[in-house]
Amino acid sequence: MSRFLSVLLHGFWKDLPPFRLVLGLCPALAVTASANNGLGMGMSVTFVLIFSNLVISLLRNVIPNKVRIASYIVIIATLVVIVEMILQAYFFGLSQQLGIYIPLIVVNCIILGRAEAFASRNTPFLSAVDGLSIGLGFTMSLTVVGSIREMLGAGTWFGMSLASAEFEPFAFMIKAPGAFICLGLLLGLMNAFSHWRGENVIQK
Amino acid sequence: MDLVLLAISAIFVNNILLAQYLGNCPFCGVSKKLSTSLGMGAAVIFVATLASIFTWLVYYYLLEPLGLKYMQTLVFILIIASLVQFVEIFLKKFSKPLYNALGIYLPLITTNCAVMGIALLNIKHEFGFWEMVVFSISSAAGFTLAIILFASIRERLFISHVPSFMKGTAIALVTAGIMSLSFMGFSGMVN
Repeated sequence: MSRFLSVLLHGFWKDLPPFRLVLGLCPALAVTASANNGLGMGMSVTFVLIFSNLVISLLRNVIPNKVRIASYIVIIATLVVIVEMILQAYFFGLSQQLGIYIPLIVVNCIILGRAEAFASRNTPFLSAVDGLSIGLGFTMSLTVVGSIREMLGAGTWFGMSLASAEFEPFAFMIKAPGAFICLGLLLGLMNAFSHWRGENVIQK
Repeated sequence: MDLVLLAISAIFVNNILLAQYLGNCPFCGVSKKLSTSLGMGAAVIFVATLASIFTWLVYYYLLEPLGLKYMQTLVFILIIASLVQFVEIFLKKFSKPLYNALGIYLPLITTNCAVMGIALLNIKHEFGFWEMVVFSISSAAGFTLAIILFASIRERLFISHVPSFMKGTAIALVTAGIMSLSFMGFSGMVN
């Protein structure tokens, strides 16, 4: 039971991507110009992560060790095609906004990383829970980064106007440099917080 | 002339790393030393160009006539993965020096989003064959330029006084942001 809880919760702080687990930086930078896009991207990655972990864990004794990476990629790519189709059918606006970053979920290192580090050596149920945990952690981070950038850069949050007409949007934040600097400062803030809590920060 | 403009735009204005955010994992991971980032850059130019040519040909001569466009993602990643493997075997057999120089970077490239990203952008922009070739080479060259500049900065960052909580990836990202800001200065060059 304690194992279940630790797997369920580790994605929210201990291995929070992309801050603690420094993987999957490209989507974290690219689609976080608004909170909505961040949330959409996070949910898509969560979906792929849960099912890729589940399927890979179910097949872990069948897949030969030598071709495992190639097999994982085929499984992940199939799931990404499913997500692509669902988004095009039901969330057309979002799929247009996310553009090429949806097919690029295939090469998101978080998914392959979890497959290799967790799903290939744990039971299907725990692996799916791990996918859920890491996926929701990722969604949370992307939504937070997206919210900060959208609020400062456009004065809105999920499209709702927050600021009065005098507010001059800080347009730099929704452009590329803002993404890098915002993520870098957040990472620094998290490190400072971990340090204050006396945690050992492992980050290269 | 258009091709020259396309090349300049891909290298400086729409730099794949600093403006399109693709390939950030190796950008932060391998860019600690100038020599390794040179190797990574060369490997990316080589593989991205080959992969773009193959994916472009497969897309327009196989997937489109057969109405299988929705298979794009799956087919592209398989082409890239097998191409990387093939290049590795080929170099090992026929060009030992090149293999020694690029060998260790090749497996990392399969999950480098810059390679897949360039292949997808070629299709998105509906490029013709030569436009595609020029765009792929110059985008990958833009990646190499950015990663080499970044590695040179990081070698100096290593000996400078950075606040302890900003060390490592945090300061690297802020540095990349400032680089990206300076690359935005090119945006007036090409429309």
